[in-house]
Amino acid sequence: MGMTMTQKILAAHAGLDEVKAGQLIEVNLDLVLGNDITAPVAIKEFSKIGTAGVFDKKKVALVPDHFTPNKDIKSAEQCKVLRAFAVEKEIENYFEVGQMGIEHGLIPEKGLVVAGDVVIGADSHTCTYGALGAFSTGIGSTDMAAGMATGKAWFKVPGALKFVLKGKPSGWVSGKDVILHIIGMIGVDGALYKSMEFTGDGVANLSMDDRFSMANMAIEAGGKNGIFPVDDQTVAYMNAHSEKPFKVYEADEDAAYEAVYEIDLSQLSPTVAFPHLPENTRPIEDVGEVKIDQVVIGSCTNGRIEDLRVAAKLLKGKQVAKNVRVIIFPVTQKVYLQALREGLIETFIEAGAVVSTPTCGPCLGGHMGILAKGERAVATTNRNFVGRMGHPESEVYLASPAVAAASAITGRITNPEEIQ
Amino acid sequence: MKAAGKVFKYGSNVDTDVIIPARYLNTSDPSELAKHCMEDIDASFAEVVKQGDIIVADKNFGCGSSREHAPLAIKSAGVSCVIAKTFARIFYRNAINIGLPIMECEPAVDGIEAGDQIEVDFSTGVISNRTKGETYQAEPFPAFIQKIIAAEGLVGYTRKHME
Ligand code: SF4
Repeated sequence: MGMTMTQKILAAHAGLDEVKAGQLIEVNLDLVLGNDITAPVAIKEFSKIGTAGVFDKKKVALVPDHFTPNKDIKSAEQCKVLRAFAVEKEIENYFEVGQMGIEHGLIPEKGLVVAGDVVIGADSHTCTYGALGAFSTGIGSTDMAAGMATGKAWFKVPGALKFVLKGKPSGWVSGKDVILHIIGMIGVDGALYKSMEFTGDGVANLSMDDRFSMANMAIEAGGKNGIFPVDDQTVAYMNAHSEKPFKVYEADEDAAYEAVYEIDLSQLSPTVAFPHLPENTRPIEDVGEVKIDQVVIGSCTNGRIEDLRVAAKLLKGKQVAKNVRVIIFPVTQKVYLQALREGLIETFIEAGAVVSTPTCGPCLGGHMGILAKGERAVATTNRNFVGRMGHPESEVYLASPAVAAASAITGRITNPEEIQ
Repeated sequence: MKAAGKVFKYGSNVDTDVIIPARYLNTSDPSELAKHCMEDIDASFAEVVKQGDIIVADKNFGCGSSREHAPLAIKSAGVSCVIAKTFARIFYRNAINIGLPIMECEPAVDGIEAGDQIEVDFSTGVISNRTKGETYQAEPFPAFIQKIIAAEGLVGYTRKHME
């Protein structure tokens, strides 16, 4: 029996010729990641393990991105723990405010992950790097602590679902719509404990930014990881961002999949997930009249340059609807600067949006745009759970940057086709 | 090892944002976290939960974020065990890693109601419902995971392995 792409990467990192779904293995790690919420807990656990240093100073990354720039004294104390640990253990990849961005935008941009790597991160959206053909997955703080100490982690080898993508997305349809469609189809636990392997001719019609936003949301279907094959676009991205050698793994022809789904990208519409689960999706035609109070464009799902370009294209020369707040947060400093140079930031400000420094901020109801009771937001983020962006009686609708920008103009959830 | 207590019952997809909302994540102090455990779906939980009580939930418990603060909050609130049909995978790892007992058992979840008094025997996987006089058999953990549990979590296990 052949192996899936994920299984091949895991086997190689476990020093095994072959692995099977369900097998428990220990793998060598290429990168261990943590942020200002999860790393302080990991650092406490790390000290209990009793090793002097981390397994490899180049292979640990610490990114204070959630409550930064520090939103209050407690957050400042947490970041201080991170910074002190980074100094003491001589962690090379600590990114201070000013250099940092939202971790899942920053790590690929800094070239810290390439195809064939195994990455764990104490953040559930670590699965984002599957876009580059790496195995990467979220774990908790204690796993992070053990990973920093030993350079290893244990895994149950996952089975897999295969998504064969065909055709080309039309109009305003983006990777975000594809992944929302998939989550709507299989449910929030549809890929529980499994890999989501994306393949097919359609992959070539998805940009790297599309793929990042799709792999990012594998966790929203319960997946262990989401992974894309490596093609010319992936190689070009890696060459532009990294000097690390990469390795390309391909699924065997006879690899076993628990289910195979075919998706014709040309048939998809912009898709919106209604509260309070990412699986509550509807194509834009079926959304109806949903008035909104806030629009959030950004996050590790959709804060990349293409996302901002799409939003700017719609907002150019338009005004944000009265009584609607629009908050745009680019994923990294680099993206922010590029957006500035391309004139996108000017477009946003002229339209009446605010632009924030990179931070997780409103995405997790941290700061910079919390919702009041009864308020509704359209967000390009990845979760719309109860209370995710603020008051437990507020609502989050997940959508693409195009839908979010179109909605900003009208004040209700809007098909970008409607905007002239 | 056994646990016994009163049941708090919830539905499917209880996510980490309701287990411990992000607005309280500017600290990792377990007793602080416990004060806000389950707040957004069960406002009185933290006040009424007693040492030893048990959470029973449907599918995909703990979905969402990787925050270990979620199992920490539950453990620190006094909960002795969480029983669900399935757990989200990061929550599953985190619970094992920090030593919060969890069990997957579909018949138990179907049979147990809120307020029932139940007893859980971790060595046999037998869950007894004292209120209804029923018993249910949970899936045993794989041997490797049992080793982590025996070492009282991943830190203990790792320490032992590094020596
Ligand atoms: S942007 Fe949102 S989903 Fe992404 S890492 Fe930050 S809090 Fe998590």
